[in-house]
Amino acid sequence: MSASLIAANTLRTTEIVQVKTESPTVKTFIMPDRLCSKVKPGQFLMLWIPGVDEIPLSIMDASNGLVAVSVKQVGDATRHLHGLKAGETVGIRGPFGNSFTESRGRVLLLGGGTGTAPLLFLAKQLSAKTERLSFVEGAKTKDELLFIRELNGICNEKSLITTTEDGTYGLQCLVTEPLSSLLDREKFDMIYTCGPEVMVKKIFELTEQRKLPLEASLERLMRCGIGLCGSCVIGKYRVCRDGPVFTAAQLREVKDELGISKMGFDGSRIPI
Amino acid sequence: MVQAKSGLINAMGLPNPGIDVYAEEIKFSKTVLRIPLIVSVFGYSADEYATVAKKAVDAGADAVELNVSCPHVKQTGAEIGQSPKLLSEVVQKVKAAVNKPLIVKLSPNVADITVIAQAAVEAGADALTAVNTLKAMAIDVETGRPILSNIKGGLSGPAIKPIALRCVYDIHEEFDVPIIGCGGITDWRDAVEFFLAGASAVQVGTAIALEDTEVFQAITKGVEVYMRKKHYRSVKEIVGLAHRS
Ligand SMILES: Cc1cc2nc3c(=O)[nH]c(=O)nc-3n(C[C@H](O)[C@H](O)[C@H](O)COP(=O)(O)OP(=O)(O)OC[C@H]3O[C@@H](n4cnc5c(N)ncnc54)[C@H](O)[C@@H]3O)c2cc1C
Ligand SMILES: Cc1cc2nc3c(=O)[nH]c(=O)nc-3n(C[C@H](O)[C@H](O)[C@H](O)COP(=O)(O)O)c2cc1C
Ligand code: FES
Repeated sequence: MSASLIAANTLRTTEIVQVKTESPTVKTFIMPDRLCSKVKPGQFLMLWIPGVDEIPLSIMDASNGLVAVSVKQVGDATRHLHGLKAGETVGIRGPFGNSFTESRGRVLLLGGGTGTAPLLFLAKQLSAKTERLSFVEGAKTKDELLFIRELNGICNEKSLITTTEDGTYGLQCLVTEPLSSLLDREKFDMIYTCGPEVMVKKIFELTEQRKLPLEASLERLMRCGIGLCGSCVIGKYRVCRDGPVFTAAQLREVKDELGISKMGFDGSRIPI
Repeated sequence: MVQAKSGLINAMGLPNPGIDVYAEEIKFSKTVLRIPLIVSVFGYSADEYATVAKKAVDAGADAVELNVSCPHVKQTGAEIGQSPKLLSEVVQKVKAAVNKPLIVKLSPNVADITVIAQAAVEAGADALTAVNTLKAMAIDVETGRPILSNIKGGLSGPAIKPIALRCVYDIHEEFDVPIIGCGGITDWRDAVEFFLAGASAVQVGTAIALEDTEVFQAITKGVEVYMRKKHYRSVKEIVGLAHRS
């Protein structure tokens, strides 16, 4: 980021134009924002909830001057955000971070929880360009499966696999379970994933055993979003600046931390 | 964090896991670093500063820098770095506790920085860093609310460079103590300006966000080229040159 970009990229306020309920705990917020409407899948923004806090969110969709984020209610800031309605004001900084590379050929996308959001954005962009696009999505229960309708529109029936831990929809298992056989059965030119880090770690292990290319988007505690404060480090990388998308080669360098530990609010290492 | 037009306003606080956890990191760093390690120390009382500094040095720190620019009692928001008396007590306690160079990082949020510098030097500081961030804030006009949840934060980056430079100049004018210049340094020209004002070394913070970590190499390379062109053999030769009459 050059000095001029950082200056041009100061916080600006914008009005929420639409709020969609995606699941009992996830809502999508759509806002006009020129800079963030031109991003690539994988990039994120910092969303300011006036008087509350600023939080990092992956961009779920971007086009025609609008940007969308899908947010799970987990704590103070996200609870306040969930209380906002169309017409209310939020602030945006960004876009930040790198993006997924655009692979051709056969691609596989694996999403868990709100990690499905940036992958839906990626799937939309890749669907016309790839030979074949497969998507595996997992959640605890049917209610929490996100974007099933959208994904059905992108993938054909055979190439969308859904899993729930309680068996209320799709296969009853963890999202990583159908993966072994899928990887043994089919050949993929690129695998993308975003979701809970324990899931990412498991997927990384499976692709490593088979020497397959992987790009994973990681989450860490973020405060500045511009590579300065160090809250988001994993190994020698800052997730906000060097990521959030990391390649298999980079994940190898941080495997002592991946899915194992991260930095907490006070800077101490906490287990994941 | 607020990205202002020519700088940043941060209200990070000082998130840290405490010296005992950090001591392990210091020990590990010493096994891989081939350069001296200066540890920044912060406390809520003179005794706490001394305890933390001693633990840092015992773990392997080659020097300690006292950060005295953060509020010392949360309720009042007063800084130790704004009171010559408090500062003097802290510096003396730390000096007695450690046998490594002691650097004091000064706050620019004072009427006359030389008064504070004098207190630090007389209490035994081996060097001074000037300066920490300037108290600042930003308000969103749409909602009418301060942008930082903390309301106020510290301004850093290009916006504060001329002020930081003036602080270094003022201190060098009156004291012989080595100074580490800090505030808005983004390229080699900025660094050289600080040397000319009286700094013997510089610190770089915000420029990491502007230019990424390559900024360190870019600055050192640029300074080297400047020195060669001007036929200086060492940075020492230009420290404080701007003061000649
Ligand atoms: C690059 C990136 C992209 C993200 N994308 C999404 C997304 O698309 N949708 C979504 O719902 N969530 C996303 N998150 C997570 C989201 O930022 C946190 O859920 C949110 O900050 C929680 O704030 P809170 O105050 O509601 O919760 P808190 O009460 O503060 O904490 C609840 C949990 O969220 C985690 N958390 C809190 N603050 C942060 C922070 N600043 N950065 C990272 N984690 C934090 C905490 O570790 C804790 O486990 C993303 C995080 C990162 C780093
Ligand atoms: C995000 C951020 C965190 C900082 N944390 C500290 C700190 O923990 N201790 C300290 O002494 N100074 C801290 N500072 C101040 C810087 O070290 C430096 O004094 C100031 O930012 C001015 O230099 P710069 O313009 O090069 O950033 C911090 C600055 C920023 C922007
Ligand atoms: S969030 Fe501050 S360095 Fe990444």
